[in-house]
Amino acid sequence: MSTFILKRLSYTVFVLFGLSILIFVIARVLPGDPARLALGPRAPDWAVENLRQQLHLNEPLYIQYFYWVRDAVSGRLGESLVTRRDVMTDVLEFLPATLELITLSAILVVVLAIPIGMLAGRRANSWFDNVVRVLSYVGVAVPAFVVAIIFLLVFGFMLNIAPSIGRLSPSIVAPPTVTGFLTIDSLISGNMPAFYDAIVHLILPGLALALGPIAQEARITRSSVVENLNKDYILSTVSHGVPERLLTLKYLMRPSLIPTVSVMGLDISSLIANAFLVELIYNWPGISRYGITAMLRKDLNAIVAVVMIAGIIFAIANIVVDLIVAYLDPRIRYVERAA
Amino acid sequence: MAEQLLDVKDLHVNFKVYEGLLRVLNGVYLSVGAKEKVGIIGESGCGKTTTMKTIMRILAANAIVASGTIAYKGIDVLNLGRQEQMRLHRTSMSMIFQDPTAALNPVFKIGEQLEDIVRYSEFTSKAPSKQEVRTKAVELLKNAALPEPERILDSYPFQLSGGMRQRVCIAMSLASAKDLLIADEPGTSLDVTIEDQIMRLLKQIVEERGLSVILISHSIGAVKGFVTKLYVMYAGTMVEEAPTEELFSNPVHPYTQNLLKAVPKLSGGGVPEGIAGRIPSYLTITDGCRFASRCRSAKERCHTDAPPAFDIGNGHRVACFLYGDT
Amino acid sequence: MKQAVIRKGPDFRKSWHKFSKNYLSAVGLGVVALVAVVAIFAPYIAPYPTHAGFFVDYPEAHESPNWLHIFGTDQFGRDVLTRIMFGFRYSLMMAVVVLSLVVPAGVVLGLVAGYYKGSKVEMVIMRAADIFLAVPPLVLALSICSVLTPSVFNAMMAVSLMWWPWYTRLVYSISSSLRNEAFVQAAEIAGASPFHMIFREILPNCLGPILTKMTLDAGWVILIGASLSFVGLGAQPPTPDLGTMVSDGASFLPEQWWISIFPALTIVLIILGFNLLGDGVRDMFAAESV
Repeated sequence: MSTFILKRLSYTVFVLFGLSILIFVIARVLPGDPARLALGPRAPDWAVENLRQQLHLNEPLYIQYFYWVRDAVSGRLGESLVTRRDVMTDVLEFLPATLELITLSAILVVVLAIPIGMLAGRRANSWFDNVVRVLSYVGVAVPAFVVAIIFLLVFGFMLNIAPSIGRLSPSIVAPPTVTGFLTIDSLISGNMPAFYDAIVHLILPGLALALGPIAQEARITRSSVVENLNKDYILSTVSHGVPERLLTLKYLMRPSLIPTVSVMGLDISSLIANAFLVELIYNWPGISRYGITAMLRKDLNAIVAVVMIAGIIFAIANIVVDLIVAYLDPRIRYVERAA
Repeated sequence: MAEQLLDVKDLHVNFKVYEGLLRVLNGVYLSVGAKEKVGIIGESGCGKTTTMKTIMRILAANAIVASGTIAYKGIDVLNLGRQEQMRLHRTSMSMIFQDPTAALNPVFKIGEQLEDIVRYSEFTSKAPSKQEVRTKAVELLKNAALPEPERILDSYPFQLSGGMRQRVCIAMSLASAKDLLIADEPGTSLDVTIEDQIMRLLKQIVEERGLSVILISHSIGAVKGFVTKLYVMYAGTMVEEAPTEELFSNPVHPYTQNLLKAVPKLSGGGVPEGIAGRIPSYLTITDGCRFASRCRSAKERCHTDAPPAFDIGNGHRVACFLYGDT
Repeated sequence: MKQAVIRKGPDFRKSWHKFSKNYLSAVGLGVVALVAVVAIFAPYIAPYPTHAGFFVDYPEAHESPNWLHIFGTDQFGRDVLTRIMFGFRYSLMMAVVVLSLVVPAGVVLGLVAGYYKGSKVEMVIMRAADIFLAVPPLVLALSICSVLTPSVFNAMMAVSLMWWPWYTRLVYSISSSLRNEAFVQAAEIAGASPFHMIFREILPNCLGPILTKMTLDAGWVILIGASLSFVGLGAQPPTPDLGTMVSDGASFLPEQWWISIFPALTIVLIILGFNLLGDGVRDMFAAESV
């Protein structure tokens, strides 16, 4: 099992390095002078030239890459053109908000999609199943930003149930920062009003992000359950008189979850990607919104940092998903060991 | 005739599919007495497994039992409630599936699966301790002639050989089979030598415990040394029923005759003959005798009316108009 | 030299029959065809063709849906329905261009990688694919678009650049498993060239999944294009792109909801159409099983 993890880790590191090269090359493709951009059009030429030397911009590309990696690993990600601060500072400030949002969405996906899918599969062709099938089919086709806008319209404006902007209402006192997750921080400091307020603000964007994956996972779970219900090993378990609850929650669930969890990786990818749009719509102060601003303003250092962070989050999520699948399906673990 | 352990009468089972209705079982009948060993032979797809699944009430969701009765120990199985059914499954009847690899849940250890079955089958009155359950599980594996039962309990199905998996399935059935054991082609997916071992094991178990058996098989040889009464099935119909000796010495249904002729013999010459044609499609099947399209002796009537089972004495019945008229 | 036996390609008449019997796929086909027709003939059938580009008519601005303007008008007085119809052009163009680039490139790479499995070639190709797939696709597209000048063309290039690995992976998995099938080795022994092996033996067996994926992908490519324009990194105003329309209209919620919502709904419709169609295509190729 540990060789499995090690292999995955080294492979991930390799891929992330490749990604860094890719994004680095892309960033340097932009015509125009980063030093000039940083100092502005009115700075004297000698100042610009000095900065160019400092940023190693006159050296060949691979040397620049080397300097960049060295700096990045020690936490120096350059300065943001937009905020005029260290990109690292910006990242530390904005990343937790996005992580909190994505984590909540992921939790929503698991907690909603799996039971719905299993129930629909168990009661195949009932009215419940038919409703689930139609809704999930449509749900997959609706892009996250459309959902976000519709939610905003319906819940935010028309019904005025959930607030639509930001992480906390202006009247609530924010808890001291420990993790950056408003929910956890307010629980730690015992600030219950802040906790509820944070949750309420998280719901609309979280649900908007989660709806597509919920539909997808519910579909997969449902069809997996329907397929497995007819498998001999389930029929055999039934024929031995094992009680229904045990059958469903243990013997049916585990094999049915394997395809579901396997797809989770892709769904997390879409959570990360769609966060860019949803954060924009809800004005959520997260790293994705920061990233979009950076992209619109061609803030290269920030763009590179944001893409790498997205890649790292995605990679970690994939490893976790793979571990869970390996736990569910022993065949994978043992084949790895034999190989 | 003493009350039969299992009495199936006039069973009609259909399956609803996208294209229409598959009329699979067409008036199937079957009876098994206490400690009686009964065999069913027939081609793939003729409905043997479907019949067994109907008896065990584990049919697919799109199956419809159109008519017929199944009486087990006098109880009407088809209209039984869920709880009652489960009780029967746990304490009385049990089935060994055709493919042991498919019959074992691939993501759980053998021990978990077996112990859960044991927990609900063996200990009906009080809740057992973990140790008791495990001991019983080991005992069952030993009864199925498995070496190193402890190691097997901790293994996953894919780590065992085909023969071992089949024995595990047998062990599982032993937990709940007190009266009736259904064995669906127990050796088909295994090597011939392993198949032989398995059949011997089954024979021994059945003798020791005085079980009734329904043995389904492709292999005429396996069936011959094992069962006392044989049914021949074709396209969802019971075409012939007879005590084993009688069937082999005096097969009367045209299908049975062809079937027995198709088995290669070690002694006696000739290349075995096949039977021309194929099993008809259950979707478009007609009301007449289902073998009529392949039967050399088919008459006018055979294509329009389905023959009932005619009794020709000696416990021998045949569904063919050659042997009777209604 | 005789061609080795391969699984037969779809029998088209039988497949069409199966396809049309499944009414959902027919609906999908209908939707897609409708979108295509509207896109192609937009200048002739749109009620106010001049509204597609730069156009201002302030007295008519912000009209809610009525008989003159079925979907209402936007903040500049432009007819929303017309702009949506023209928007279809950009959406379809995106799908067509991206897929025409990505599918041949990705498929060939996948075939080669699968055929030469275990060699350096395979390693290079698949590792490159892995790197491009290391980041959620939208993120990569966004960043590529951000370093270039935002435009429809650049958006198409960006999406193509990050889409090809999906086809490579798909074809690679089929190709590498078929590599060791008897019929492929038989042809090899008979002296077939790698070119023949790849394109005449292996490729036909990949067609089903490739075509299915292409159909489904058309919808997703359009979606990513709309997302890019939504953010402002794709089509630029006054181009009537569906994504731009949604984002422009967002600032007028909730009072003038139609400016944003109708384009959004059409995006959903397009994706649904392609999904239904894609399922039908998949079933068509799955017609092999009894």
